[in-house]
Amino acid sequence: MKTLLSLVLASTLAVTASAVAAAPQAHSNVSVSHAWIRVLPGALPGGGYATVHNHGEQAVQLVGADSPAYGHIMLHKSTTEGGVSRMAAVKAITVPAHGQVAFAPGGYHLMMMQAKTPVKPGQSVPVTLHFASGATLKVPFKARPANAIDDTH
Amino acid sequence: MNIKHSPHPLLRPFLTLGPLLLVLTLLLAACSQAPKPKWRLTDIQGHMPDLKFQLTNDDGKAVTAADYKGKITLLYFGYTHCPDVCPLTMTRMHVLMQRLGKLADDTQFLFVSVDPARDTPKVLHQYVTAFDKHAVGLTGSRDAIRALAKRYRAAFDRGKEKDHGGYDVNHSSAIYIFDAQGHARLLATPTSSTGDMVHDLHLLIQMEKNGS
Repeated sequence: MKTLLSLVLASTLAVTASAVAAAPQAHSNVSVSHAWIRVLPGALPGGGYATVHNHGEQAVQLVGADSPAYGHIMLHKSTTEGGVSRMAAVKAITVPAHGQVAFAPGGYHLMMMQAKTPVKPGQSVPVTLHFASGATLKVPFKARPANAIDDTH
Repeated sequence: MNIKHSPHPLLRPFLTLGPLLLVLTLLLAACSQAPKPKWRLTDIQGHMPDLKFQLTNDDGKAVTAADYKGKITLLYFGYTHCPDVCPLTMTRMHVLMQRLGKLADDTQFLFVSVDPARDTPKVLHQYVTAFDKHAVGLTGSRDAIRALAKRYRAAFDRGKEKDHGGYDVNHSSAIYIFDAQGHARLLATPTSSTGDMVHDLHLLIQMEKNGS
């Protein structure tokens, strides 16, 4: 009995310890403004937009994002060249020291895929941004209707 | 007493109007030579064929270009699983319709899917109505869509399958503008300013009303 208890205790401690170790550090030098999602009807993927500000002395690299509301989020970039619009996945986006990068319609965006429950305009959706350093930043994104106009500029 | 020679008071308005009348006469003369309208978008009159297609609308009905005669028609190729550029263009069209006010009722926007495998009439209906009531979704057989795209030299091709399922479609970004008779008139791009589009659509609607 004693052995079992200590075993349970030990495993609980181990789980706690690993949870602590896995808890990523919030990025202190980065802030985000104008975070919003264009919600499309049904199960269609929506675009996530925001301006990422780097207040630090070192460039930071955004490498991914996730959200409990979506099954998968991809970093994407749209381009329109020679009359053809294309979309491509992006592995990392560098935000220069004391600089900013805008995720805005027609350029960089987060492709928000497989909404777990329908996201409704007006809702606030938590999105965690992941940086190359391992640091993360949790940001509330405001869900907006399909025909919302980008007001970041 | 120094009396200046001046015209009779009754004649004065005519003398003031004189130069104006001259200008008006010149303008009328210029108009009779039908100068080219001052388009801000690209004039494609005579360079692209009339609107022609056999597709299915977002109510699931078989339609042809004849069903869309009588209104100015804007045509755009896109797909609903496109989260960024297509909604941006659709939103711009919504803003354009709002800026046109009452004239928007003389205008329609056709969103032709280049992804018929996923874009059923039902999906398209939900999609276009989320943007603007003047928007119509069109889909159809791959061949019918390809024929329409080819007619307007609008390329599209399906991208690679992605890790998490789904795929993207590279597609032409142009917006083709047809008059109420289905003649190709103007070409806009997603970056054309709303102001330029409003200007040209006003001009085109005015020309239609004048019968030119």
